[in-house]
Amino acid sequence: MSTVKSPSRATIKKSDIQTDFEVKSLDKKDSSANESNSLASNFKYLMAGILFGIVLVKSEVISWFRIQEMFKLQSFHMYGVIGTAVVVGAISVFLIKKLKIKTIHGEPITFSDKEFRKGQIFGGLIFGLGWAITGACPGPLFAQLGTGVTVVSITILSAIAGTWVYGKYRDKLPL
Amino acid sequence: MSFIEFIKQPWHWSVAGVIIGLIVPLLLILGNKSFGISGNLRHVCAACFPGNVSFFKYDWKKEIWNLVFAGGIIIGGFIAAYFLRDPNQVAVAPALATSLAEKGITDYSNMVPTQIFNWDNLLTLKGLFFFVVGGFMVGFGTRYAGGCTSGHAISGLANLQWPSLVATIAFMVGGFISANLIVPFLLNL
Repeated sequence: MSTVKSPSRATIKKSDIQTDFEVKSLDKKDSSANESNSLASNFKYLMAGILFGIVLVKSEVISWFRIQEMFKLQSFHMYGVIGTAVVVGAISVFLIKKLKIKTIHGEPITFSDKEFRKGQIFGGLIFGLGWAITGACPGPLFAQLGTGVTVVSITILSAIAGTWVYGKYRDKLPL
Repeated sequence: MSFIEFIKQPWHWSVAGVIIGLIVPLLLILGNKSFGISGNLRHVCAACFPGNVSFFKYDWKKEIWNLVFAGGIIIGGFIAAYFLRDPNQVAVAPALATSLAEKGITDYSNMVPTQIFNWDNLLTLKGLFFFVVGGFMVGFGTRYAGGCTSGHAISGLANLQWPSLVATIAFMVGGFISANLIVPFLLNL
């Protein structure tokens, strides 16, 4: 009889578990990170960010009041913004895949599937609790700062601290 | 009405939704980048204080585009606030205005309630929760969840990722609990 054990779950190091799919350069399939990091190549992302920032302010997505209304079911506004964005994004992604659209540098556009992790529930709940308090998720936090609400810099620094503490104690959390 | 006057008005949700939705293909086509803001909080940690934490040991320089994008959001916020500002007060649902008035929130001159979000409140119990604790939960929670509203609710759902739907539902449940049970309590502080 063989006594050789198959590798149990416990032998998988938590630091090897991928839970963050936002850092595309950590994705082995990704080739886009080889793109040059020059000032000129990053300028287009600056312009895209400026567009996004203007939209966030002009459509009141950065409004603390709008976030309260959303979570108290007092206004359709935020549901309209997010819902429309998802539909437009989904149609765009579908077309990119269907028509095999490439980047402006001629590289293929890649997508990675996300795996289910318990953190999406636990972390998601913690983020949601914080979101209603700050009245802003990360994008709007930066936009609020830009509008001149300088005290939001403390919120952003605290969010960076929260991210750091998560990274530090990640191995001890149910992932 | 001039063009500038026209765009100074608050934008309809459908206009914002379409433009935000188009950010997803825009970043993909510009350089195969996926839309997700909260990753920047991790990149700042990796760049400034990685410590001896394996989660922050990666080549953050490959993700500079996203930090530049976030810098653009700050500039965009500045442009919108100083050049495209709507002179009117922020409109809110009457039911919200009533409940906030009971808590002493009556100033609608800005999109964040200036009676809470000011430096004088920083060292108060209220400031501790609204800035420090709230911000900490946003940073901790988004990374634990692997994304925020942009990464999960918009680009994740746009790519039909069911784990992103789970995360989005968790965001909403947390938000409902917080806005209805916790925020009213914090406003009393």
